[in-house]
Amino acid sequence: MSTGDAAGLPRSGAVPVIQTHGLGKVYAAGTEAEVVALRDVDLRVDAGEFVAIMGPSGSGKSTLMNLIGCLDTPSAGRYLCDGVDVATLDAEGLATLRREKIGFVFQGFHLLPRMTALDNVAMPLGYARVPPAERLERARAALEAVGLGARVDHRPNELSGGQQQRVAIARALINRPPVLLADEPTGALDSRTGEEILALFKQLRDEGHTVVLITHDAHVAAHADRICIMRDGELHEASHEELHA
Amino acid sequence: MSFMDILRTAVYALRGNWMRSALTSLGVIIGISAVIVMVSVGQGTQAEIDRMVSGLGSQRLDISPDVPRSMGGVRMSASSFFTLNQGDVDAIREQIPEVQLVSGTLRGSTQVVFAENNAATSWQGVQPDFFDINGWVVAEGEGLQPQHYTAADKVVVLGETVRRTLFGEDSGIGQTVRLGRTPFTVVGTLRPKGQGGFGQDQDDVVLVPLETARRRLMGAMGLPPGAVMQISLTVADARDLGYVQGEVESLLRQRHRIEPGAADDFRVRNISEIVATRTATTRLMSLLLGAVATISLVVGGIGIMNIMLVSVTERIREIGLRLAVGAGPSDVRRQFLAEAMLISLVGGALGIVIGIVGALLVGRFSELPVQLNVQVIVMAAAFSVATGLFFGYYPARKASQLDPIEALRQ
Repeated sequence: MSTGDAAGLPRSGAVPVIQTHGLGKVYAAGTEAEVVALRDVDLRVDAGEFVAIMGPSGSGKSTLMNLIGCLDTPSAGRYLCDGVDVATLDAEGLATLRREKIGFVFQGFHLLPRMTALDNVAMPLGYARVPPAERLERARAALEAVGLGARVDHRPNELSGGQQQRVAIARALINRPPVLLADEPTGALDSRTGEEILALFKQLRDEGHTVVLITHDAHVAAHADRICIMRDGELHEASHEELHA
Repeated sequence: MSFMDILRTAVYALRGNWMRSALTSLGVIIGISAVIVMVSVGQGTQAEIDRMVSGLGSQRLDISPDVPRSMGGVRMSASSFFTLNQGDVDAIREQIPEVQLVSGTLRGSTQVVFAENNAATSWQGVQPDFFDINGWVVAEGEGLQPQHYTAADKVVVLGETVRRTLFGEDSGIGQTVRLGRTPFTVVGTLRPKGQGGFGQDQDDVVLVPLETARRRLMGAMGLPPGAVMQISLTVADARDLGYVQGEVESLLRQRHRIEPGAADDFRVRNISEIVATRTATTRLMSLLLGAVATISLVVGGIGIMNIMLVSVTERIREIGLRLAVGAGPSDVRRQFLAEAMLISLVGGALGIVIGIVGALLVGRFSELPVQLNVQVIVMAAAFSVATGLFFGYYPARKASQLDPIEALRQ
C-alpha cells in the first residue's frame, strides 16, 4: 500500500521510472454521474522491475493504465513519469512523453493492416524524427530481438496472433522507452502462445527493460516479480493469500 | 514527421482507397477545369470588345428609322417605315459643321454570280464617306469614283470573302458579275477586316454606289424617293459627340415635323453606348460563369471534407494508435491535412490540364472567343490549394482532437 521499497529491487539510487503520490481520477465530477475511478494511489516502479497490476474489470486498472501511459491526466495527486511531472504538460507534451517514455502493448495488437511488420515497427520512429535509413535498421533489429527476423515483410494478416503481438512488442521497444506498458497482452491469444509472450516479457526484464503488465488474470500476473491489486479504485500490494487464492 | 514522411503516409492512405480518392478528386478536377474554361471565355469576350472599341472609335453616330408603334402595334407600310432620306443626309452635312464624314446607306441581300460561282452575300449602297467612316480600304482596283456615284453606274467593290468565292486567286477587277439579274463591273476589292466584334464575317459584303442600289437592287419595295436605311457619321473631335447627337436629333425632328412631346421616328445610337451595354452584359456573363465554376469547386471541396470526415471515423483506431506511440495532435492534423491537400492538388493539376485543353477546344470549335493566360492558371492552382486547406482543415482538426483513450477503445 505504499511505494515499492519492500518488494521492488530498485537500482542503486536511480530515479524510479514510475512514481505516483495520492493519484486520483474522478469522471464527470460534480454531476450525478460522478465516478471515482481511482483513489489515492501510491505506486513506485523502479527500473528493471516486472510488475503486474491485477484487478477485475471496473476496479480502475484501465484508468490507472491510462494515467501511467500518459494518455490521461489525473484529477488529484502527482505522477512522475521517469522524473517528469505530467501535470504540467499539454496534449503535445503528453505525446512527446509517450513517445520517449512509454512503449504500449495492447490486447488487440493494434497493427496497421496495410503496412508490413517492418513498417509497423518503424512507424513510431517517424514521430521521433529518426532518419529513414536508421529507422528500418532499428526496426529490423527489434524484430530480430522478438524472434521475427524472418517475417519482416509480412503484413499483419499474414501473421499468427502470437507473431502479431511480437511485432507489437517490437514496436513498443523501438524508441527504447524506460517503461513497457502491456494491457492484457495475452487476452487475445491461446494459453500456449500467451505463455510464450509472457516468457518474452521476462526475457526483456532480464535484458534490463521495465515491464508493467495490466491483467485481470491471476495466472498471467503470477509471471511478474511483484503484483499489485486494484480493487474499487484503490491499489494494494498483493498479500500472500491473495496470490494463492 | 518530416515532409517526406507526411507525403508518403498520405500517398499510402489514399492509395489504399484509390477509387474513393479518385472520385473525390474528380470533384476538384471538374471545378478547376470549369473555372479555367469559364474565365478564359469571359476574358476572351472582354478582349474582343476592347478590340472592337479601339477599332470603331467613339467618334461615330448611327441614325436609323424608329417607327413609333401607333395603331396598336400594326405594321406600317414601307413608305412610313423609311423615315430617313437623302435630304436628311445633306442637311446634316451642311448644317452641323462639327460633322466630319456622313453617309446614307441602303442594304439588302442578294446572290452574286460570276460564271459558275455564286455567293449569297449582303450588299450595301453607300456614299463616298462610307469607306472612311467604316475603315474600309480598297485593296485593288480604282474603287468607287465620284462619277460612279453621280451616274449611278453599275459598278461594285467586293469584300474579300465574296472575291475569294467568285474568283479564287484572281482579283476579279474588270470582270462582270451579276447581282441578282443586273450585271455589275468589278472596280475594286476591299482589304479584309476579319471577324467582327459580334462574331460575324465582316468581309462577306459587296459595296455599290447608293443611287445604283436605289435603282437596281431595292426591287419593288415601293421605296419613297431618296430614302436611306441608315445614316452614319463621324465627328472630328470625340468630345463633340454628345453635342452633335443633340444637334442631329433636333435637326431631324424639325425636318420630320415632329411635334414637341411626340415620339421620334428615328433613333440616334452612339456606338460607345452599344459597346458599354455589351461590356456590362459580358461582365455579367463572366460573373455568372465564374460563379457557376466556383460553385462546382465548392461542391468538390465539400466532397473532400465529406470523405475526410468518413476517413477520420474509419481510421479512428489508427489515429488512437499513432497518438499512443507518440504522434502529437499536430502530427495527426498534418497527416490528414496532407491527405486532403494531396487530393485537391492532384485534382487541381489534372483540372488545369483538362481546363487548358477544354479552353483550346472551345476556342477552336465554337464561336466563343477564348483568351487563356497565365494568371488564370496560377489562380486555378491557388484555388486548388485553398480548397484543400479550407475543406481539409476541419476534418484534420477533428482527428487531432480525438481522445487517444476513446480512439483506442474503438
